Amino acid sequence: MYGRKVKLRFLFVTLILVTLILTVFLVLKSLEENVVYFQSPTEIKTLSELDTNKIRVGGMVKKNSVNVSSDEVNFIITDFKNEINVSYSGAVPNLFAEEKGVVAEGFLKDRNFFSATKILAKHDENYMPPEVKEALEEQ
Amino acid sequence: MFKILEPNKIFQITSKAPKYILFLFVVVLTVGLTEALILSPEDYKQSDAVRIMYVHVPSAWISLGIFSSITLLSISGFIFKNKNFFLMSKSLAPSGFVFNIIALVTGAIWGKPTWGTWWAWDARVTSMLILALFFAMYLIAWRIYEKEEKVFKITTFITVVGIINVPITKYSVEWWNTLHQPASINILTKSSIHSSMLFPLLLMTAAFALFSLLIFLMKYNTELIKIKNKGLDRL
Repeated sequence: MYGRKVKLRFLFVTLILVTLILTVFLVLKSLEENVVYFQSPTEIKTLSELDTNKIRVGGMVKKNSVNVSSDEVNFIITDFKNEINVSYSGAVPNLFAEEKGVVAEGFLKDRNFFSATKILAKHDENYMPPEVKEALEEQ
Repeated sequence: MFKILEPNKIFQITSKAPKYILFLFVVVLTVGLTEALILSPEDYKQSDAVRIMYVHVPSAWISLGIFSSITLLSISGFIFKNKNFFLMSKSLAPSGFVFNIIALVTGAIWGKPTWGTWWAWDARVTSMLILALFFAMYLIAWRIYEKEEKVFKITTFITVVGIINVPITKYSVEWWNTLHQPASINILTKSSIHSSMLFPLLLMTAAFALFSLLIFLMKYNTELIKIKNKGLDRL
């Protein structure tokens, strides 16, 4: 069998690992708010007080909600429970589309209205050729 | 316990292996690149930008895999006081670092046209950057410290701290809201990537793994030659 020293070194490494894992777990747990890249409309609705700092809201662009006028884009971000109206002036990314993921960066006007300074398209995990997509839609 | 791992015996194998690995790597890379860049279909949503994925995803996998390996080797080396494990770990690290950088750079190139930004401080992207920093620390530690005892301890410590970041990187997309998409390939459930795209992805992964193995063998041979020249017949 292994010597005493080998066992001690094994115990030593295990203890360091367990300690570090617990520490990192606690730190991440307490920093959760800052680790998330964006908040959902539901989380915005349940905010106790309005955040005046720059924040990000993410979710799906609601179907038939995109309204493009001369200098502004208006749309609704939904997480299928709650919604938030977003207005933005500027160019949107190519992949920005209805019923697709989006992250808007900007400021809350109130619980239902968000003024975006930057729009990011969130790509989902589905990869397929166009023909397969068409076949899926026909079903 | 590891007496079979005599440097001379290992060297007999590792000195001959690289040319075969190189041949295999060239073949797999050629087929993989043809599949990824020409034969595979474009994506329904991001069209040709999807082709970056065939370099990005394998690089990220390989760098995470190599960091896990160097941690395992370093810890084993530390527990069993075996120098050979440390030399293997040292020889593996450079390709892990290079693939980590490739994953970050290709991710930025892909992010600009799809997300609309080069860089996002989301959990996945940031934890990949932290991994690169750990690789850098590990590689620099080998250059700074001359005494073997010291460099073994310090590099082991760096890997033990850094390994915690590996599961965080892997599961960041599930634990938190991130801009980065979740994993498309799942072992237990159905994958959300079409088979015509999965095949070139796996080929490219094999090619990158072979490249890492090739660089590892070349580096490791150098280490073994260094030991030989010192006139030591055992590690």
